[in-house]
Amino acid sequence: MRIVVLGVGNTLLSDEGIGVRAIEKLQQDYDLPPEVVIIDGGTTGMEMLDDLSNADHIIILDAVRGGRAPASIIVLIGEQVPVFFKTKLSPHQIGLSDVLATLAFIGEQPGGVTVIGVEPVSLETGMELTPQVKARLPELMELVVTELHELGVAIKRKVPVAA
Amino acid sequence: MGKRITIDPITRIEGHLRVDCEVNNGKVSKAWASGQMWRGVEQILLGHDARDAWAITQRICGVCTTVHAITSVRAVENALQMEVPLNAQYIRNLIITAHAIHDHVVHFYHLSALDWVDVVSALKADPGKTAALAASLSNWSGNSKQEFTKVKERLTGFVGTGQLGIFTNGYWGHPAMKLPPEVNLLAVTHYLQALEIQRYASKIVSILGSKSPHIQNMAVGGVSNPIATDSQSVLTVERLMAVKEWIDKLNDFIKNVYLVDVAAIGAFYADWTKIGAGVTDYLCVPDLPLDTKGTKFALPGGFIKAGDLASIKPIASFNDKYFRDGVQESVKHSWYKGGKGALHPFKGETIPNYTDFQDDGKYSWVKSPTFYGNPAQVGPLSRVLAMAAQNHAPTLKYLTGVLDTAGAIAKTKIPLAAVHSTIGRHAARAVSCAVQVDELANQWNLLVENIAKGDTATFNKPVFPKGEASGVGFHEAPRGVLSHWVVLKDGKITNYQCVVPTTWNAAPRNEGDVPGPYEASLLNTPVADAERPLEVLRTVHSFDPCLACAVHVLDAEGNPVVQVKAL
Repeated sequence: MRIVVLGVGNTLLSDEGIGVRAIEKLQQDYDLPPEVVIIDGGTTGMEMLDDLSNADHIIILDAVRGGRAPASIIVLIGEQVPVFFKTKLSPHQIGLSDVLATLAFIGEQPGGVTVIGVEPVSLETGMELTPQVKARLPELMELVVTELHELGVAIKRKVPVAA
Repeated sequence: MGKRITIDPITRIEGHLRVDCEVNNGKVSKAWASGQMWRGVEQILLGHDARDAWAITQRICGVCTTVHAITSVRAVENALQMEVPLNAQYIRNLIITAHAIHDHVVHFYHLSALDWVDVVSALKADPGKTAALAASLSNWSGNSKQEFTKVKERLTGFVGTGQLGIFTNGYWGHPAMKLPPEVNLLAVTHYLQALEIQRYASKIVSILGSKSPHIQNMAVGGVSNPIATDSQSVLTVERLMAVKEWIDKLNDFIKNVYLVDVAAIGAFYADWTKIGAGVTDYLCVPDLPLDTKGTKFALPGGFIKAGDLASIKPIASFNDKYFRDGVQESVKHSWYKGGKGALHPFKGETIPNYTDFQDDGKYSWVKSPTFYGNPAQVGPLSRVLAMAAQNHAPTLKYLTGVLDTAGAIAKTKIPLAAVHSTIGRHAARAVSCAVQVDELANQWNLLVENIAKGDTATFNKPVFPKGEASGVGFHEAPRGVLSHWVVLKDGKITNYQCVVPTTWNAAPRNEGDVPGPYEASLLNTPVADAERPLEVLRTVHSFDPCLACAVHVLDAEGNPVVQVKAL
């Protein structure tokens, strides 16, 4: 089994970087078994094709603009992941959704996709998350842990090293 | 006044590029290129330790991560006048070329071929005839009748479900699509094979850069890859052998598929050799340093005036004064506070001053760079011309090859001048890619030979002097000249300016109100249907646009992310 936890977003635009910040924290706080692969996708596209191909499941952590209250958490599963139905002007726009569509076309699509997102408060230039979004990180971790558990993988917090 | 077309965004991969065109009598009579998002990364860098800049700058852009990392360390090394160990140069050169090959293959097949290739028309192709055509052009092992039949079936199944997935919203059936069904099927098949091939280029970057998509191995003073021939955890013989195997696969595809496809597709679009020239002052910097100081390069660079190869002025070293003194940026038409005229990047300012979209005033977040006062085109075409002008033998070989193959298919002689065009930029990108894959093999040999001599050094420790120092790092990135300009005080950054390739090409009008390369290249482009401005996209996409500020917040409301307005 191979489950990919993918953090995406631009870390230079404050809350846009929540996905990347979340996987950093996940790696810092948890012991992860080999079947869980963590990828810092940043804002890349096709470079991720190989890492994402034939995954049993992909958990995507990202900023999601869903018209909800700022800093609220959104979980999208299955049909709710708007992968194939984006309005596009031309076929020249490769982002994460296109990478997933490409995997589907070549028959290497993941067994399932879950998006765990946070509604951004600010997309201003800056390397820090806003305090409101940062405060949701523990809850975000819980959601990832629960999701992994449902997929059959138990992960545990690292035992803090005694001083 | 004619019709006005607004396309926003042109591409989603890198932030927002908006293009406005005025169309009169079926042709573009005036054009504006506008970056729709502020790139404020320079402000973030102020006060940071110069050794950390590369890791921050590689987050500027989702497509060009490695190029900003490399250019940033070069800028700081230049400020310190540092030497870089040979192994580090070779490892960087391998990353640079593997990344460039990845970028060029993906750009041609996955980002722009579908401007020219009609996927739906491929359904009408006879796989047997496609195989016969393919065999007449190349001996690529993936060109069998069986393979073409398989792809056609898969495509038929896909289209049958009504969901085109990756091919949604292409301009299928557009009157400007000219390829016969067999050529379309050939191209779609190679589109899929290129998906496989690009993985090998990614793997090379990943192995040498210690991680992908964001490399981890860069350092001011070298690279952090330890080299040992007997350890598993570092750059080993085994890993180097794997890299060599991937280089061979890339070489096969680029020489036997990419170069051939560009010539074949180009032959059917001969009219596009007369469209899209725009600015024919070409700027290219040398790259792939072969010594520790950056005075010898595998690939030459220089400046060409008005498309005349004889006018070439070489750019010869990382300390080249001609380059360093020639660059300025104007903000007269950009959303920044100005009033001081065009400024050299060391003196550059990035203070936002948003107005509205003003046709004759400010209309873009992109600044307008100039080389000795004039706009310059950068990218593979500039690179190929600068190398050809300096008699770089591999460049001349592949360039002549593409022109001859296209000429044979079109049954006419295609002159070198044909490359000053929209389709010429695609041809040049393929030629550049062939030169780069040769260099990938060459740099691999140089690295292996140097290690065999017993040299395992990869890093020189930087020493930051008290007081002020400034430097420029440049890199001939896939999209062209990239330069980072840094001013340091006591090792901390006090000014940082990135002049990126798309800034050169997507520049708005400059201090003298002269249009930038995109804007100039769109003039006289024919537009058959203002609601579906495929021709405009063809020319803009031929530059491989990439605005350095990716935002891709997932839109769960399903809002349209694109608008085409024809007024």
